[in-house]
Amino acid sequence: MQRTRMMIKWTHDTVRRRFMSTSAAAIDWWNHVGHAPKDPIMSVTEAFLSDTSPNKINLGVGAYRDDDGRPVVLQCVRDGEAKIAGTGFLESVSASVSSKLVEESVKLIYGKDADFIKEGRFAGVQALSGTGACRLFAEFQRRFYPQSKIYLPIPTWSNHHNIWRDAQVPGRTFHYYHPDSKGLHFAALMDDIKNAPDRSFFLLHPCAHNPTGVDPTEEQWRDISNLFKVKNHFPFFDMAYQGFASGDLDKDAKAMRIFLEDGHLIGCAQSFAKNMGLYGHRVGCLSVLCADAKQAVAIKSQLQHITRAMYSSPPVHGILLVSTILSDPHLKELWKKELKVMANRIHRMRSTLRESLKKLGSPLNWDHMTNQVGMFCFSGLSPDQVNRLMKEFHIYMTYDGRMSMAGVTTSNVSYLANAIHEVTKFG
Amino acid sequence: MASTMLSLVSAALPLQENHKGKMNLGSSDCSTFLRKEKRNPFMKTKSFGRINMAIAVNTSRFEGVTMAPPDPILGVSEAFRADNSLMKLNLGVGAYRTEELQPYVLNVVKKAENLMLERGENKEYLPIEGLAAFNKVTAELLFGAGNPVIEQQRLATVQGLSGTGSLRLAAALIERYFPGAKVLISSPTWGNHKNIFNDARVPWSEYRYYDPKTVGLDFDGMISDIKAAPEGSFVLLHGCAHNPTGIDPTPEQWEKIADVIQEKNHIPFFDVAYQGFASGSLDADASSVRLFAARGMELLVAQSYSKNLGLYAERIGAINVVCSSADAAARVKSQLKRIARPMYSNPPIHGARIVANVVGDPALFNEWKEEMELMAGRIKNVRQKLFDSLSAKDKCGKDWSFILKQIGMFSFTGLSKVQSENMTNKWHVYMTKDGRISLAGLSLAKCEYLADAIIDSFHCVS
Repeated sequence: MQRTRMMIKWTHDTVRRRFMSTSAAAIDWWNHVGHAPKDPIMSVTEAFLSDTSPNKINLGVGAYRDDDGRPVVLQCVRDGEAKIAGTGFLESVSASVSSKLVEESVKLIYGKDADFIKEGRFAGVQALSGTGACRLFAEFQRRFYPQSKIYLPIPTWSNHHNIWRDAQVPGRTFHYYHPDSKGLHFAALMDDIKNAPDRSFFLLHPCAHNPTGVDPTEEQWRDISNLFKVKNHFPFFDMAYQGFASGDLDKDAKAMRIFLEDGHLIGCAQSFAKNMGLYGHRVGCLSVLCADAKQAVAIKSQLQHITRAMYSSPPVHGILLVSTILSDPHLKELWKKELKVMANRIHRMRSTLRESLKKLGSPLNWDHMTNQVGMFCFSGLSPDQVNRLMKEFHIYMTYDGRMSMAGVTTSNVSYLANAIHEVTKFG
Repeated sequence: MASTMLSLVSAALPLQENHKGKMNLGSSDCSTFLRKEKRNPFMKTKSFGRINMAIAVNTSRFEGVTMAPPDPILGVSEAFRADNSLMKLNLGVGAYRTEELQPYVLNVVKKAENLMLERGENKEYLPIEGLAAFNKVTAELLFGAGNPVIEQQRLATVQGLSGTGSLRLAAALIERYFPGAKVLISSPTWGNHKNIFNDARVPWSEYRYYDPKTVGLDFDGMISDIKAAPEGSFVLLHGCAHNPTGIDPTPEQWEKIADVIQEKNHIPFFDVAYQGFASGSLDADASSVRLFAARGMELLVAQSYSKNLGLYAERIGAINVVCSSADAAARVKSQLKRIARPMYSNPPIHGARIVANVVGDPALFNEWKEEMELMAGRIKNVRQKLFDSLSAKDKCGKDWSFILKQIGMFSFTGLSKVQSENMTNKWHVYMTKDGRISLAGLSLAKCEYLADAIIDSFHCVS
C-alpha cells in the first residue's frame, strides 16, 4: 500500500515536472477571461475604418472635421507647437507650468475675475482630458463620501457610467431627455432632483449635452440651481464642449456662472480635446471649489495622491501647448476665432441637413436638428434604422441615433440626407 | 470626512432632543454655529424663506479632507530646490543627469520630434490600446523581434502611462480576474508600488530581498518567501537595475527563481523601468524577462521609457501580458482596454510617436543604442570613482565593493534613516531616507565630496 502510494506520488510529481518543463505553457491563467464588450463609440470608428466604400461617412466619435472631412490641427496649436519646440527639458511638469495651466483653465469656466480664483479658494489639478478629470473626481468622491452615489442624466455619455462604476461609486439616473419632444423633460428632471436624497452628487452637462444636444434654458438653469440649494446637492459639471455650443466661451459657461452666483461650491471636469483639437494629447483639468485656501491645499494634495498611484503625472506636451496658447493674448484670440469657425460650420451643417430633408419631403419633423446644440444631433433614429444606414449606405453612428454633426460636410450632406430619408420615409 | 464634520458640529452645540440623535447640517440647529463663520461673499441677501439654504452653500462638504502625506521621493527634490547651499547635491529622484548635472534630452528624441513637427501629423485620438506602431516596437524591444510569443500572437500589449500607468492597468486586471490573489513585492521596492496596489485594492505582501549584512541579495530569504506564499500569487520582479537597491539576481539565480515560481504556480510580473540602463545593452537587460518567456510561462511585464529615452514627462510605457494562446491574448487585451477606457479613454500620443520613430527607424535605433551606452557608461564611471574615493578615504577598512556590484541608477548605501538625514542636514546631500542614492545625479567632480559625506555619516552617526 505504502509503495503504491509512493509510486502514485512519484508519477504525479514526474508528470507535473515534465509537464511544466515543456515549451508549451503548463498553466493557462487567463482561461476565465472573456471578451470584453466593445466600446459602443470606439467600435463605430473601428467599423468605419474597415469599410472600403468610397461613400462612407463617420458620424460616430465626436471629433471635429473640416468641410473636406479631414481632421484639423488648429493654427493656434501649430503656432503653439512652434513656440514650444526645443523648449527646456522637463522631467515632470514643473510646478509653474502646472499652475499656469490650471489657472488659465479655471478662468475659462469661472470667469477671469472670479473672486475665489484670486483668493485661491479652489483645488485645481491637470487631468487626462475629460475622462481623467471625471475619474479623478469619482475616486475622490468615493474616498471621502464612501456611501455616496452619482446621479447621471438619461441619457449621458456612455463612459460616465463606466467611470463611476470602476471607481466603485454606484450610479443612479435622473430624467433629462424627452424622446417625444426631442427636448428637455424639465418637469421630470426637477422631480428627480427633488426626490433624490439630500446632499446627493449630480453630474450635469453645462452646455452641448452629449449625446442629445439638448440644454436647459438660462431660466431653467436658475430653477435647477435653486432646487440644488434646497436639497444641498453637489453639482459636478462635465465641461467637454465649451465654445462648441454657441461659439462663445463665456456664453457656454453660463450655467456654471449661475451656480457660482448662487453660492454653490461646485466641481468641474474640463477637456481641451474638442475645443482645442488636442484629442490625443489628453489635456484637461479638474477643479473643486473650496470654503477657503487652506482646504484647497488639502484637497489638491489628496487629488495628487490619487493620480500618483494611477499614472504619477500627466503628459507634458499637451499641457505646454494649452498653457502657451491660453497665456499668449495673440494665440488666445486666434483660438477664439478658430473655435467660432468650427462651431459655425456645425451650425451650417445642421441647417443644411435639415433643409435637405425637408426638400426631400420627409414626413418627420427635423426641428430638433437645429434646436439641439453642440457637436451631436440626437436624431431619433431607431437601432434598426441606424443599422440600415450602416449596412446599406456605409454611414456610421452609435445605435442610440447620435450623429456627430462634425462629420457632415458640404460634399456628403446630400448623400446623407437621401440615406436618412430612405430609412425614415415610411415612418 | 462627513463624520468628522458632524462630530465637530455636535461638539459645538448642545444636543437637540427633537433631532433624534442625527445631526443634519442643513437644519436650523446648526445656524447658530455656522452663522459665526465668515460670510460667503457670493451670498446674495435675498431671502429664500429657509435658513438652511443660506447655510448650506457656506460649508464645503469636503471640510474633513486632510492633507495627504507628502510623496517621499518627489519631496526630496522639493527640499533640494529650497536649499541655498552651494554644495548641495540632489541624489533623490532617478532622473539622468550629465556630468555637468544638467537634464539630458537625447539626440534621437530631438531628431524624432523634429521629424514629427515637419510632418505636422494630426492629433486625433489613439485607439484605447494605444499607437499600433508603438505597441509593435515596444514588444519587439522587450522580447526580441521574432520571439515566439510575438510570432504566435500570444502577447497582449497595451500602451500605458509610463511604468506607473502600466502597472495600474495590470493591478486592475488582477483585482478583477484574480480577486483575493496577492502580489508579492520585494523588500524594499519602489515606494509607489504599494500605493498602486493599495489603490487598485490588490493585497500585497513582501518577500525578503535586501540583506543589510552583505549589502547584497538575500537569495535564500527570497526563495523561501516566494515558496511560502499561497499558490497562484503574483510575484513582482524588477527586470533589471532593481530600484532602490541596484542589486540584481545573477543568471543562475534567475533560473532558480523561475523554478520556484513554476513550482508554486505563481505568475511572474516584471517591472522593466531601466532596460538599457543596467548594463548599457538593451538586449542584455531584457534577459531575465526572455528567460521566463522561453520557459513557456505566462507573465506580465510593465515597461517604461521615462529613463532610457529620457521621456519622463511624456508618460510613455506599456503593459504586456504573455498568454498561452492567441485567443487568450485577444481576450486579455480587450479587458485591459475595458479598464483603460474609464480611466482616461485613450493614451497620450506624443511620447508614443517619439518611441515609434526612434525604435522603428534602424538609423535612429542604432544611434539610441550608442546614447544608451554613453549614459550607462557614465554611471559606471561614477560608481568606480565613488568606490575609489571611499576606499582611499575610509580609514576603517569597510568593504565598499557593493557600489561596483550594484547596477543601474541607484545604489543602496546601507546608510540608516538617521545617517541619511545627516547626509542632508550636514552635507546638503539629498537622498531618500532608506539610504538610496541616485548615481544618475552624481558627477565625477562631486565623488570626493560625496565620499566624505558618506564616511562621516556612516562612522560618526548612529
